[in-house]
Formats: sequence, C-alpha cells, structure tokens
Amino acid sequence: MAVETMPPLAETAPPRARRESQLALMWRRFRQHQLAVVSLWIVVAFYLVAALAEFLAPVDPAFYSARYTYAPPQGINFIVNDENGWRFQPHVNGYKSEIDPAAMRRTFVIDPEEIIPVRFFAPTEPYRLAGFIPMSVKLMGVENPRDPFYVLGADRLGRDLLSRLIHGTRISLSIGLAGVTLSLFFGIIIGGFAGYYGGLFDSAVMRVIEFIRSMPTIPLWLGLAAALPKDWSALQTYFAITIILSLIGWTELARVVRGRFLSLRTEDFVTAAQLDGASDWRIITRHMVPSFTSHIIAAATLAIPGMILAETALSFLGLGLQPPIVSWGTLLQEAQNIRTLATAPWLLTPGICVVVVILALNFFGDGLRDAADPHGR
Amino acid sequence: MLRFITTRLVAMVLTLWAVSFVAFAIIQLPPGDYLTTYMATLASNGDRVDPAQIDALRRQYGFGEPYIVQYWKWITGILTRGDFGQSFEWKAPVTTLIWGRLGNSILVEGLAVIVMWTIALPIGIYVAVKKYSLGDYLATIGGFIGLAIPNFLLALLLMYLSFVWFGTTIGGLFSPAYENAHWSIPRLMDFLSRAWAPVLVLATAGTAELIRILRANLLDELKKPYVTTARAKGLPEWKVILKYPVRVALNPLVSTIGWLLPALVSSSVIVSVVLNLPTAGPLLLRSLTSQDMYLAGAIIMLLGVLTVIGTLISDLLLAWIDPRIRYGSK
Repeated sequence: MAVETMPPLAETAPPRARRESQLALMWRRFRQHQLAVVSLWIVVAFYLVAALAEFLAPVDPAFYSARYTYAPPQGINFIVNDENGWRFQPHVNGYKSEIDPAAMRRTFVIDPEEIIPVRFFAPTEPYRLAGFIPMSVKLMGVENPRDPFYVLGADRLGRDLLSRLIHGTRISLSIGLAGVTLSLFFGIIIGGFAGYYGGLFDSAVMRVIEFIRSMPTIPLWLGLAAALPKDWSALQTYFAITIILSLIGWTELARVVRGRFLSLRTEDFVTAAQLDGASDWRIITRHMVPSFTSHIIAAATLAIPGMILAETALSFLGLGLQPPIVSWGTLLQEAQNIRTLATAPWLLTPGICVVVVILALNFFGDGLRDAADPHGR
Repeated sequence: MLRFITTRLVAMVLTLWAVSFVAFAIIQLPPGDYLTTYMATLASNGDRVDPAQIDALRRQYGFGEPYIVQYWKWITGILTRGDFGQSFEWKAPVTTLIWGRLGNSILVEGLAVIVMWTIALPIGIYVAVKKYSLGDYLATIGGFIGLAIPNFLLALLLMYLSFVWFGTTIGGLFSPAYENAHWSIPRLMDFLSRAWAPVLVLATAGTAELIRILRANLLDELKKPYVTTARAKGLPEWKVILKYPVRVALNPLVSTIGWLLPALVSSSVIVSVVLNLPTAGPLLLRSLTSQDMYLAGAIIMLLGVLTVIGTLISDLLLAWIDPRIRYGSK
C-alpha cells in the first residue's frame, strides 16, 4: 500500500551535483590529518622492509664472524676524497683493532684510510625472496665477502645488526598483524554474539572482559608463555605466542564490536531487514557488518602497537620467541646487561624501531578512526 | 553508600575467586606436577628419595586427584593457613619468599602513583588553561613520546645514560649496607637515592595519559557557563579555575586508576627485571623459567589481588567524592 503513495524516485531525487563514494569521503577526511598521512607512509615503509627482508639485508642474520665481536657501526659514506680529488664512491671504512691492555679486550676503531667499496644490487648466492621468488642480488654488498660490512655495528658473535634488524622487523611486524587478526576473529564472533543477542550471554561476556582487563597482563602472559614446551620448533613457538597474545587481546576488539552491534540493533534499516524476513546471519553479514567495517579496521590498527609491544616485552624477558628466531624483542634481549650496553650501545637500535613504529601506528590508527565516520563532526 | 560498598565488595570477592582460578590454572599448565619435578631434582642431585615424604606431600596437595580437588586443597591452604605451597627451587615455603618482595613492589608502585599525580595535576591544569601555548605543545609531544617508549626501554636508556654520564650504575633499591637493616632515616635516604629511577620510569606512561585526560576534561569544563559566572562575580582567576572546573574534571580522572593500576603492576614486573629491583617481578620471572609453579602461581595471584584491591579503593574513593556514581551504578 505504501508503495502506491510513494512518488516516483526521479522527481524527489536531489540533483546529482557532486556525489562522492564513501571511500572517497573517508580518504579526503584522512588526508586532513597530516600526521596520520606521514605515519601511513612510515608504516608502509616498515612493512615493505619486512616483506623484502632477504633482499634488503646485506647478509644472513645468522652469519657470524668471531673476528668482529662488537664491531662499532661503520655507517655508509658516499664521497671519496683521495689524491685524485673528490669522486662518488659509496663505501664503508675498515677497522683498526686495538687491544685495550687494562680491560684485556679488543676494541675496534674505524680506520678512515681503509676504504671498502659498497656495491648496490650486488650479486650474491641465489636465495628465495619471501620463500618463493628466486633472486641472486641484494640491495647492498661488499666486493669481497671477507671484508667487514657492519653498517649498524655487530653483536657479541660478530653478526650484522642491520641484517638482524631487518629480519627482526619481519617477525615483529607480522606477529602484530597475526595477533590482531586472531584477536579480531575472536572479538567479532564473541562481541558480535553478545551485542546482537544481548541478554545473559552478553552480561557474562562483559564480566569476563572486565575481569581480563582488570588483570596485570605481563604476569599473565609470562605465566602462559612459560608453559610452552622448550623443544618446540620456531614456527610452533611463533604461533603459540600469537595465540597467547590474542587470548587477552580479543577483549578490546570484542568491546568495540559489541558496542557497534548494540547501537545498530535498533536502527531502522535493521528492523526493516528483520520485517522482510531476512535471517540473522544475513542481517549481520549483509546489513550490519558493512556499516561498521571502517570502525573495526581503525580499532584493529590501534590494537597492533599493543601486540608488538607485548611480543617485544615477552621476548625481551626470555619467555617469548626464542633466540634462533630474530625479533626486536630477542635483539633487545642482547642489550639487557649494562656492561654489554656500555660496550655496544648500538644494540639499542631495535628500540628506536619499536618507538617509531608504535608512534606511527598510533597516529595512523587515530587518523583512520576519525576518517571512519566521514560525516561526523 | 553502604549498599554501594557491599555490592562492590561482593563483586570483588567474585573477582578474587576468578583470580585464584587463573593462578591455579597457570600452576597446572606445565607438563608434569610439582612432585615429579621435585623427585627429578632430588635424583639429579644424587639424593635419595624418601617414599614416606613423597607420600605425605602427595596427600597434602592431592596430586593425582582431579583438578578441582587439588584446587580446593590449594585454596583452603591459602585461606585457612596462609600456606601458598612449597617452592622447590628455594626449598622453602612460598610465603617466606614473597612477602618482603611484595612489600617492595607495593612501595615502588605506590610511589609511582603519587609521583604520577603530583606531576600530572599541575601540568594538566596548566596546559588546559593555556591551550595551544608553547607549553601545551611541549607537553603534548612529551606525552606522545612517553606513551610510545616502552617502560623497559626507558629503563635501559636511563641505565646507559647514567653509566656514561656519571659512571654509576643505577639499579637495586638498597645499597648492600642497608639491604637487611630496619627502616631508619639513613636507610630511607639510601632508598630514595636509588628508588627515583624506577619510580620515574614507571610513572612516565601514566603521567602522559593522566595529563591527556585531565586536559580534555578540563577543556570541556572551562567552556561551561558556571565558569563565566564565577569570573563575572569577580573571583580571582586561580580561584575560578581551582575551585570549580578542576574539581569536576578530577572525578573522571580518579576512575582511570581502574586501568592505570593493572598497567602499572604489569610494567613494574619488566622494569624490575631490567633495573634488578628486589620486587616480585624478577622472582616471578625466575620461578617461571625454572618452572617453580607454586611460587609463580602465588606471585601472579597476589599481583592480581593487589590490583583488584587497588581498583576497589579507587572506586570507593570515586563514590565518596562524586555521589552521582553511587546512584548511577547499582
């Protein structure tokens, strides 16, 4: 009946002056937040490093050389100034080693005389990028593999910190993503059920969430991580840690999802779909979820830093990922001792990466959250 | 108010029960139980295993019986005798090991809370009143950095800098001379000369967060008409700010203790490990790596209990300052 009284659409539709899609509106809103845009590029850069780890890292992260224990960072110079005048030649300087008679220890000093040319796109032994793309060049390399090449310094076994940092980026960033994906999975299912059906299940879930959130997390994580068998393989530990992190991580996302469901449940378009006889599943997946996907993405982005921090903290304490795996946490574990730190302060570089990524992800997530609702404010 | 307190107390008892359950689950997680580990250590030391003693222990803890029975024996031991079980690594009852360390934890965390508030209050008020001033921007930038640097990194950095600049290592809470002494003025001075570092490290993230919240709350309040009224009445500016909007803006701040405290306890574990403090954190880590599960379970449980009690205190405090809370939540 109602259909008959409705005027034809064409007459009432407003003139189509400028209509932008929801996505375009969001992008426009997002770009207003300059810090978020810069952060987006930083995050993209870090994930590119993670994806291209084998190509970018000069050497294998496990490659060690006892001759260069705690060798200081060489840095990369681009200009050579010798008797032939100035010329462009990327290079690193070699080391002069001195024996410190008081400490009975070998210390390295950069030797500005010795020039080791650095080649870009240097050929190496064939390897597989990301496990399946066959490659035989690396971004940087020295001509003679026996020459020292420690742009960011070496650790206690003479391993290249830069290469380890690049490979650690892959593990730390991917564990953040994996943890959030898993948390999102639990969060959407549990929070969705609680928000859509409400009632007893909802209050039970809320009590559990409140309880978990009122607990100090690190002791709990430590307790769970300590139970992992020591003889598990790297991959098993990796997944187990991911699961442990999301056991607590799902609560925040479940709260967001539940809140969205609660506020949408009484919206007219949901009632309309119910009256049309749509099934619950269809209402949830076709009508409700698309209307808050952007909010969920924003909340998930904001949850990644917490995951990365948690992994770093656990591995730093020695109960997370175990040493053959390289992550920012296991790298920082090397810097735990004040004596080591005094000899090799460059071992703190992974910490800089942690701080930069955490900040960038936070600003990026804030920008996303503002953009998720382009009509608001 | 009385009704509010009773409901909160009931809720707390339930939470505590849940805490104990989680702690017990963690005790049970590693494969094998305390007895098998104990016997393995005895055997590896070449000691003779006394069957009678093993049997007595088995009966006491209910090993081999269903988990619920073991849990019951464990929890009744704690509640009736204050017995948290045995630490097999230290060969001593758990209780003799933890109380001193837990006291240090409470001391350091309590100081951190006090420092947090004393720094955050004046700065928060200042940046809200002087919005978009240089100080405001500095506080915002500092706040973001404070939030993004993990506590343990800050501790490492502080340790490194003090070593490079002053040639001293910071760490520990007491110098060896005062380690086991009773509290006295010199011991207090010694404690303060060492405790500033961990307290400062622990307080950073919380301070940054408190300033942010206080600034937002206060900015909302400053726009309200009652502030204009107070000003129109000719009150001095400091009185206008401190007497009305600050008091209102403080209320939501008190409720932040609910999540501030878990975060604080959590980060104090890792900071204590870095700075080598005699608190519960390093003991927990050590007991977990050596799978000394009764000790680990007791520490996890007591840290949880501390947090719950702290949260309850903040809730009651909030209800006391702001009567609306009492009526709002049944």
